[in-house]
Amino acid sequence: MEILVCARRVPDTSENEIELNAAGNDIEREEFVYSVNEADNYAVEEALQIRDRVGGNVTVVTVDGEEGEEILRRELAMGANQAALVSDDTFNGSDGKGVATILKAFVQKGRYDLILTGVQADDGAAQVGGMLAAMLDYPFASLVNSISVEDGKLKVSREIEGGNKEMNEIDLPCVLSIQTGINEPRYVGMRGIRQVASVPIPTSTASDLGVDQGAVGESAAKVKRVDYFIPAASKGAEILHGSREENADKVLELVAAKGGLK
Amino acid sequence: MPRIFAYIVHRGGAVDDSAAELVAAAKKIDATVAPTAILTGSGPELETACSAIGSGFGEIWKVANAALAYANAELVRQALVRILPAGSIVLVNHDHFGIDLAPGLSIKLNSAFASDVLAIDGVEGNSLKLVRQEFGGQVNSHVHCDISSGAVLNIRPGAFKPLASLPTAGAVVDKSSEVGTLVARRRYLETIVAEAGDVDITKHSVLVSIGRGIQEKDNVGLAEELAEVLGAAVSCSRPVVDAKWMAKSRQVGSSGKTVKPKVYLACGISGAFQHLAGIKGSPFLIAINKNPKAPIFQVADVGIVDDLLEFLPELTKKARELRGVAAK
Amino acid sequence: MVGISPQDVVNWLVPGRELFLALHVLGVACFAYIVWKRLVPLLRAQRDPRFDQPFMRLGRVFKFWLGQWKHPRYKFAGTLHILIFAGFILLAMRAFTVLIVGVSPNFVMPGLSGRTGEIYDLVTDYAATVVFLCMVVAASRRLIFKPARYAVPAKYGKGHTADAIFLLGLIALLMVADSLFAASRSAGHLQQGQPAEALAAFSLPWMLQVAIGSMPLATLRSFNIGAYLVHEIAFYFLLCYRPFGIQFHVETSLFSIYFSKLQRGTLKPVRWGVSDEQLDQVKSFGVKTFEDFTWKHMLDFYSCADCGRCADNCPANKVGRPLAPRFLTTKARDYVFQHYPVLGKANNSHPLIGTIYSEDEIWSCTTCGACEEECPLLVEYIDKIVDLRRGMIDDGNVPQSLQKPLKALESRGNPYGKIEKKRGDWAKSPELGPDGKIKVLDGKNGADTLYFVDSITSYDDRMQSIGRATAHILTRLGKNFGILGAAERDSGHEVRRFGEEMLFTALRDHNTEAIKAAGVQSIVTADPHAFNALKHDYKDVPPVEHISQVLAREAKSGNLRFNSVEKWLEDRGHVYTYHDPCYLGRHNQVYDDPRDVLDSIPGLNRIEMQRSRDRSFCCGGGGLMLFYEPREEQRMGVVRVRMAAEAGANVIVTACPFCMVNIEDAIKVAGMEGKMSVIDLAELVDQHMVCEGCPAQAQKLETATVGG
Repeated sequence: MEILVCARRVPDTSENEIELNAAGNDIEREEFVYSVNEADNYAVEEALQIRDRVGGNVTVVTVDGEEGEEILRRELAMGANQAALVSDDTFNGSDGKGVATILKAFVQKGRYDLILTGVQADDGAAQVGGMLAAMLDYPFASLVNSISVEDGKLKVSREIEGGNKEMNEIDLPCVLSIQTGINEPRYVGMRGIRQVASVPIPTSTASDLGVDQGAVGESAAKVKRVDYFIPAASKGAEILHGSREENADKVLELVAAKGGLK
Repeated sequence: MPRIFAYIVHRGGAVDDSAAELVAAAKKIDATVAPTAILTGSGPELETACSAIGSGFGEIWKVANAALAYANAELVRQALVRILPAGSIVLVNHDHFGIDLAPGLSIKLNSAFASDVLAIDGVEGNSLKLVRQEFGGQVNSHVHCDISSGAVLNIRPGAFKPLASLPTAGAVVDKSSEVGTLVARRRYLETIVAEAGDVDITKHSVLVSIGRGIQEKDNVGLAEELAEVLGAAVSCSRPVVDAKWMAKSRQVGSSGKTVKPKVYLACGISGAFQHLAGIKGSPFLIAINKNPKAPIFQVADVGIVDDLLEFLPELTKKARELRGVAAK
Repeated sequence: MVGISPQDVVNWLVPGRELFLALHVLGVACFAYIVWKRLVPLLRAQRDPRFDQPFMRLGRVFKFWLGQWKHPRYKFAGTLHILIFAGFILLAMRAFTVLIVGVSPNFVMPGLSGRTGEIYDLVTDYAATVVFLCMVVAASRRLIFKPARYAVPAKYGKGHTADAIFLLGLIALLMVADSLFAASRSAGHLQQGQPAEALAAFSLPWMLQVAIGSMPLATLRSFNIGAYLVHEIAFYFLLCYRPFGIQFHVETSLFSIYFSKLQRGTLKPVRWGVSDEQLDQVKSFGVKTFEDFTWKHMLDFYSCADCGRCADNCPANKVGRPLAPRFLTTKARDYVFQHYPVLGKANNSHPLIGTIYSEDEIWSCTTCGACEEECPLLVEYIDKIVDLRRGMIDDGNVPQSLQKPLKALESRGNPYGKIEKKRGDWAKSPELGPDGKIKVLDGKNGADTLYFVDSITSYDDRMQSIGRATAHILTRLGKNFGILGAAERDSGHEVRRFGEEMLFTALRDHNTEAIKAAGVQSIVTADPHAFNALKHDYKDVPPVEHISQVLAREAKSGNLRFNSVEKWLEDRGHVYTYHDPCYLGRHNQVYDDPRDVLDSIPGLNRIEMQRSRDRSFCCGGGGLMLFYEPREEQRMGVVRVRMAAEAGANVIVTACPFCMVNIEDAIKVAGMEGKMSVIDLAELVDQHMVCEGCPAQAQKLETATVGG
């Protein structure tokens, strides 16, 4: 099976407070380190596991600047067969639809049976997979948390409310957006990355892919982020400033008052 | 102003709570019009749902089709594409179905798409002004959405408070005949219901809910002790389940259970919306978190900035004293 | 009747000479073949240069092999072993003499003729008796008393009791045969009025001689020949059987100990003889298949006597983690016996993880070193565990809970993913001079001493107090010191011990450069893990000391003095006990310095836990171990806290931030808050040391909630 995984480089913000920059129009990115989006990493692992079960190739693609190579190398070290960087200045400022348009052009240059994306990026909108599928006119399933390959089709389950699973049969080729927790991604150490340090990563530009430049980039974006802001905390909780003991008393009083203690 | 539609989710004849929230969201776009509800499905359940729809909607578009008996996003999309007028604004609840349906729908309608909309600040010309959340709720962003060729908006559950005293819903319009044959390349097979856990967290009036802040499995006991004294149950957020510290049946959130307690003690929970989506019925929310900037403090009624692992034992001790006294 | 010369009596064996010779040849040939087959895997193993420092190694042979140094740590079993070992050593010449006498009747071992020989015979009569009795005692221990440490849980395979009993029986038989041989010969001489060899009174041969003395000469002759045959067969059977089980250590222990690891606290490189620069060319890291072990590590598998002392002391085993060092060895031995059979072809190169070892088993080790400290045969475990981890890391086979901190270490230089520039933010205190800051050695500022802080003390709110206490002490002692601040990275100590060698190398190289740029003459740290890393894993950095070493020296010289806090301590009823951190104690032998510092605080009441010094019980492990989620029944820290309570202490003093985390947690988990507390040595010293012009001192005692 020929599998394409669309991955993205995102700032790793889990352990550090995000601050706005001086101008207030962006977050302070200077101290960020970047890594592959978590859900995308699960998607790559899932692709590798499917390949190891049924054979084929896994290609990882990202739309980014040169920096995108960093995550592609990581995914190559994980075991992807190929990586591809799609990069062009005209892509800057693309919205979700723009990114899907670029990816569609890339997909059409190759032949893929299965396309995987992560369900959502930290700074994303859970949109590109569904859009790409619609553009390609492929069937799509989101929030996929298990995949089994069955004779030209897939059986996938989706994570729905209540911890339940919605089982679906889906024809190939298709696009799936992968939920975190679907597998246990393998570890990639520095050694793995060094071993693929010299593997060439082909870069495709807008003209290589025949992307209509009017359909991508900032000018084509219908959805634009104007600025970032830290949400006002004013309407938030009444913070208790007492000692630990006083706070505990107050909490119990409140629990009782709100009908919690019988 | 383009016409505003809301796709309404219903189960077993009952309309989902999100319907009223979609009305509230629609009013933020244009307060003067009543949005059109769209319900798809088949059989008597669909009829019941159409008649049960709450106030605030204008027309109710009914799409009955045997293929739509289960809301398969691919088929719903085909149906919607055939009945929606060009340039429409379509509101969809941002849940597992909305994520499945909306992005592709926007492509097929050739309209803009905005996901997980938290707030709407009205319209300026062709520009719809929205608020979204990023990086797990640490920062928000202002987003401008060009609605000149319509838009599909996924509305965050719980972000728009239902409005009071709205006019009764309008007439049901049967759109079934415009839909035609629907062909699925993705076929719904069945729903596998999660195994029932030892404790049914949906039935408790007090929940001691733990998140990543509990740090490790051994500390879960601190919450269990408190819950025991309070006569409460312990629930948790997704990371706790992912780490296998608690069973899936204890998870509150969009991918877990929906709970309606009277009091909700969020212990070491950051407050991601996926978690908050599972808390219904506006319980009294008490948040305990080390990080004063945790988003949970924005939605909680009362907050305590303290180390959970220190505070919980103190609370348990106090609760014991209280219960002990009460027992005499 | 014509008198029979002694030679005639011995000549009872003459008719059997050919048979005896044939048995000798067969026995030696079999043994040689079996040993050759056992050597085959060692020849396919990884290299391991252990041929250096012959005198040091011989010294260790004298101490640990001939001197049985570790054995008395278990008093009863140890004494028993020493007796058997001594018996075997003494009996070796006698056994060879007996064997040779069968083919060369007049053979006398050189040096054992005449008076010396007579004394030797008397001594060995007793030796045989003692060994025989030891066999009886050992068998009854195995069969009746069944010490818990010999038990083999079903998940680890079958027990070795039957094997042990069989071997004990064989040795006993050998002793009886030897004794009967001597007894019948001596009885024959006596009956014939010949000068007979004196047998040691009340020894086994002596008693047998008394028993059979009056039997007819023909019967004695049969006994003599029969005993010889049984002795010879039992001897060779034992020789050839031992390489199939736990008794192989009789042959291999000498070599195992000669080639044992000389340097504590160190780790073996990924591949011996491959420099860091060449590591990129190495195809596979660590141990994935049996053949990836070094020959010495394979020899360890042969040498293990399965005495169970390692597992008995292993904290992971104690708390129910799926690891017991003993079974790492016995499972590997079973593997090598099965895959390198004596008869048939070798069947090798199977992955070990997932077959004989489980992932959890290998991640469960805290590298505390208790097993290695205990092993009488100096079997190595940490290097093997780390090599197995290297293999898993190389295959990407890493628990999810460890991947996040490893990635953060790669991108941020600390396991928490915190921003580098905030690494030195803790280093503020009004006591640190006018600006309240610790000097950052960033090239602009110089100092004599570098305080290497490491990640947990830099970023963890609680542990930062250890950092500040250390800085206060150094300041008051008048040290010209500084920190690296944002330029410091994690020491990588646990990164390396979790098998991520390349990440460790990157961290080490970064730190080495930063340390060199700081231009200091010495390094001090309050973190034993950083201490061990800088001391053993880093090259070309200035000498490093743990703060307890500095404190002990300063206390001795009188530079470090304490306030009169007798009353203060008495009022609080504090009873202190010192918990040895593994990487300060066992791995670096710093046992006395922290105790000396404590004892120099006036009025401080200190007691020892039963498990202290080199038998200290690990708190649960440091570094990445804090992120690992082991399967276990209870926490090591809880076990340790209970040990302190049992000893009668109510304050645990430690000298390691990781011990602090684990013990502090454990006190809560054990529900012993208010009854037990924990304090770092540096914090304790900071509270009580004399400091002129430190207005904060009194207040510090006022607010001290923990441990005084």
